[in-house]
Amino acid sequence: MRLGAKRVTPYRVISIIVLVILALLFLFPLYWIVTGSMKPVTEILNPEPSFFPKEFTMNNFDRLFAKRTAPLWELAVPFSSQFSSDHKAVYFSVGPTAPAAFRWLINTVFMAVAAMVITCITASMAGYALAKKRFKGRGILFSLIVCAMALPKQVILIPLIKEISALFMWDNLWAVIVPTVGWPFGVFLMKQFSESVPGEILEAARIDGASEWYTFYSVVTPMIKPGIGALAIFTFINSWNDYFLQLIMLGSGSNYTISLGIATLQSETSIDLGILMAGAALAAIPIIIVFLAFQKYFTQGITMGAVKG
Amino acid sequence: MKMKKIVSAALAMAMALSLAACGGQNNGGQSTTPPPSSNQGSNQSTPDPAPTGSGTADAITVWVYPVGGWGDEAKVKPLIDKFTSDTGIKVTMEWLAYADGDDKVNAALTGGNAPDVIMEGPERLVANWGVNGHMVDLSDMIDDTDRQEILPAALAAGTSTDGKVYLYPMFNVAHCMAVNYTAVKEAGAEANIDLETRTWTVEQFDATVKALYDKYGTTVAAVYCAGQGGDQGTRELIRNRYSTKLTNAEHTAYTWNTPEVINALTDLKNMPGIEFDASLQGGDEIAKFYQGVLKMAFCWNAAQQMDPNSAGTGEGKTLTGDEIVYMCFPTQEGKAPEEGSGVWGLGAFNTGDEARIAAAKEFIKYMCDSENCSQAGDISNFFSCRSMAEGVEIKSSNPLLVEYYSKMMPYMGEYYQITNGWAGARTEWWNMLQRVGAGDDIAETVAKYEANANAAASAAS
Amino acid sequence: MANSQPKMSRALQRRENVAGYLFMLPSLIFFIGFVVAPMIICIGYSFTDANMNSKTVATTFVGLKNFIDLWQDETFLLALKNTFLIVLVSVPAVCMFSLWVGSAIYHLKGPVLSAFRCIFYLPVVTGSVAVTVVWKWMYDNYTGILNYVLKGAGLIEQNINFLGDERFALWCIILILFTTSVGQPIVLYVSALGNVDTTLIEAAQVDGANDIQVFWKVKWPQMMPTTLYILVITTINSFQCFALIQLLTKGGAGTDTVMYRIYWTAFKLTEQAGHFGYANAMGVVLAIFIGILSAVQFKLAKEK
Repeated sequence: MRLGAKRVTPYRVISIIVLVILALLFLFPLYWIVTGSMKPVTEILNPEPSFFPKEFTMNNFDRLFAKRTAPLWELAVPFSSQFSSDHKAVYFSVGPTAPAAFRWLINTVFMAVAAMVITCITASMAGYALAKKRFKGRGILFSLIVCAMALPKQVILIPLIKEISALFMWDNLWAVIVPTVGWPFGVFLMKQFSESVPGEILEAARIDGASEWYTFYSVVTPMIKPGIGALAIFTFINSWNDYFLQLIMLGSGSNYTISLGIATLQSETSIDLGILMAGAALAAIPIIIVFLAFQKYFTQGITMGAVKG
Repeated sequence: MKMKKIVSAALAMAMALSLAACGGQNNGGQSTTPPPSSNQGSNQSTPDPAPTGSGTADAITVWVYPVGGWGDEAKVKPLIDKFTSDTGIKVTMEWLAYADGDDKVNAALTGGNAPDVIMEGPERLVANWGVNGHMVDLSDMIDDTDRQEILPAALAAGTSTDGKVYLYPMFNVAHCMAVNYTAVKEAGAEANIDLETRTWTVEQFDATVKALYDKYGTTVAAVYCAGQGGDQGTRELIRNRYSTKLTNAEHTAYTWNTPEVINALTDLKNMPGIEFDASLQGGDEIAKFYQGVLKMAFCWNAAQQMDPNSAGTGEGKTLTGDEIVYMCFPTQEGKAPEEGSGVWGLGAFNTGDEARIAAAKEFIKYMCDSENCSQAGDISNFFSCRSMAEGVEIKSSNPLLVEYYSKMMPYMGEYYQITNGWAGARTEWWNMLQRVGAGDDIAETVAKYEANANAAASAAS
Repeated sequence: MANSQPKMSRALQRRENVAGYLFMLPSLIFFIGFVVAPMIICIGYSFTDANMNSKTVATTFVGLKNFIDLWQDETFLLALKNTFLIVLVSVPAVCMFSLWVGSAIYHLKGPVLSAFRCIFYLPVVTGSVAVTVVWKWMYDNYTGILNYVLKGAGLIEQNINFLGDERFALWCIILILFTTSVGQPIVLYVSALGNVDTTLIEAAQVDGANDIQVFWKVKWPQMMPTTLYILVITTINSFQCFALIQLLTKGGAGTDTVMYRIYWTAFKLTEQAGHFGYANAMGVVLAIFIGILSAVQFKLAKEK
């Protein structure tokens, strides 16, 4: 706290008060989800809202879990659906029937982790190449990446669905993972990080006879670790919350993600706010825990990337 | 070090689960090339061995819109399990929502991933996917006996103009409205409600709205227009007010730019207690009515009456225990009401795979033309479209449903939702209501949106 | 850095080419395969009358017809206007707000600072679907807490139909978008402010500059790269508001955007349903606008 010894001015006092109020307002939706999920339906629907639950109940969760069921897992022989006579995947292990919400959570975690891991690998390699390798066409590639970054996925909606279907990936979590990995923001971010790797070290590694891969793996990777951490969390949160791709790519209830599942419950004829609040809590809380646990890496990472932005 | 451990744990998890993700693919493997259309309708429910040599597929996917109780997994499952044990065909059920079900089906169709069987009404199955060539003609499943047993109006609704049956009718219902009778009694307006006939005049309706508004001071009923969900309710409310039709008799054009419709909209717009609400669709309106917030609902039918808001809190009761009474839409003195006609049934998508189409037909036969019709109807809380099936009498086991049927069905109107360009017209309808609600000139708005609807109709024909 | 190195030999250049592309390869497979290729197909489609229902009929080339139609399509033009309204309102609002919050909290003590950072970041993490579920309830015309509070405070007499009234609906959506966008910029500004060269500040203070002058004359120029980066990511974010619209208004009450319109045209059951050529033409128009916007932003970034 270099500048810790600040004078206390009226402006400072007022701004802190305003900030605290704003912080409470920002917390409110989350508070409302968590408490709402534990209020009885009659209390949720009361036009006179109760700011603190008069009565705690887990009934909303019970009803959410009873509403839809799905096998807890389905382990299929990879690509078996292309070869089986009726184009159904061949399962070698199917889990017990469980509340679909649990399956949705498992799906979401799988999807987000897979997208995260693959993105981190591909983007850090590509970002390193863009920053440090003087190959031909580098400028054009980078411009292309920058232009594509802001592109909303709705633009390529139709060709993407056709392509994913032609690759037999529709209604499969990979259909969501693959376009997420393709989104070039990660490459951009990792290029910014890799710029900071000193050229002399790479040169030294080259003179020592290290292979390109070895240089990348043992010299570059440790240096851009905070960046990889940031990208990992960024991708994880992004793919967890990418409702649009999930909506168009996942067709069957047992393949839903938690976001999509909750959104589908929301749009059904009978609107049950209790179930919805329970679902929203279930969708929000795990990812918030992940965020709080990795918060340090996250702020470190996004900061370092941007200062050079 | 810690980070490394976490990352490696994550990697291990990803690898373990990557297998899981390769599964769960229901339709992915089917061909994306167009199926030969000449094969349509040539299948029997016991099929000839197809060139692919597989006969009847042993698994199908069935997508259902929440048609009455068919939106409830727990209710449907026993019948599906029975089907599987009787036929050996495994069924993967998916429940769609009205709000985004169409998008889902269209997204699936785009990539050639359509389900095998779908449950909905003719306005989608016939007027959209049927005429656009995505469905299988089921006319070979309907013989002369079936034609006698199935309600003619329902069968007609499931048949396209060129005589192809794209929807095997299962059940039908008259869409009506409902009032919170407890609130009406508290407002002292129960004299307006005739529990015997369930019909009322416009004056009685207006007086009831006024009494409720005076009593509670909040919106009594909403002319909901956030989307097409439950739009039959607003249509029937408006057209019954001065007894008019929204389409011509041939179902080729829209005729709602009339003084009757304009006057009805003007009346409703100026009525305290009636709100044109662009934040609600039919489903939201039901929820608000069920909560006791709105005192009337225009999106009502037998299934809602039996299980309001599908909440499982008992027949004819709101969340707070108020009594719900279903009523016809109000008409001018001496005019008979015409309730909205709802028909639902099953259709089969043309997946291009003979074996799967055969299995789909077997499923349709089981649900629509066998002794299981009674059970299928009971699940839905609607009325079966047929009196007999395969020599067995089909009837409802629910006395309250039978009572609803006897009171409402005489007023059931024609099924006009298969008019040309229907999908476009219904979009124009709720957009029109939004504009009226926002305060635009009513006559101009009605003229403009009717013209749009007719443009859609002529483009489609 | 390239300038400081001697010109590379041909062998070295080849080695760089091979290595560069090998490192790019995994990423390029995904990027070309699932972003670039669909975009090219999208452009191709936009000149045709391709649609979902004419499976067996060959798609025909219609030239610029889709684009001419778009130019006369009132709904599309309104959607285009809304899209830019959202971007033009939310981007400056997010930047200014986060700059203010950043400058107000960056000198606070460690735990307090991270508490604030976390709180403002939470709506981003919570996810758009969970957030819309609760906001829909808060905005509700009949039982929403917002109406309850406003009424209780005597600010309004009648409940406001926030999501159903076109005077409010778009602003309500922008508000949610705002709360889910400010998290990252705040974190960035906090650290940028913490990294400002203190000797410069002290020098300015010795010269008699007041706080406001110090802020704008010394700190602000040093934060320019951060600001530009924030502009870029906020713009990206503002174009991603699909979920809010799909789950709250379905484009009704004057909240249509081009992104939603594309989806609507492609998959909703309307007369235009499955009109892929037309939907793709919308996508191309939007992509062109976004391309221009990104180019301008990056040109600005380079100049600084």
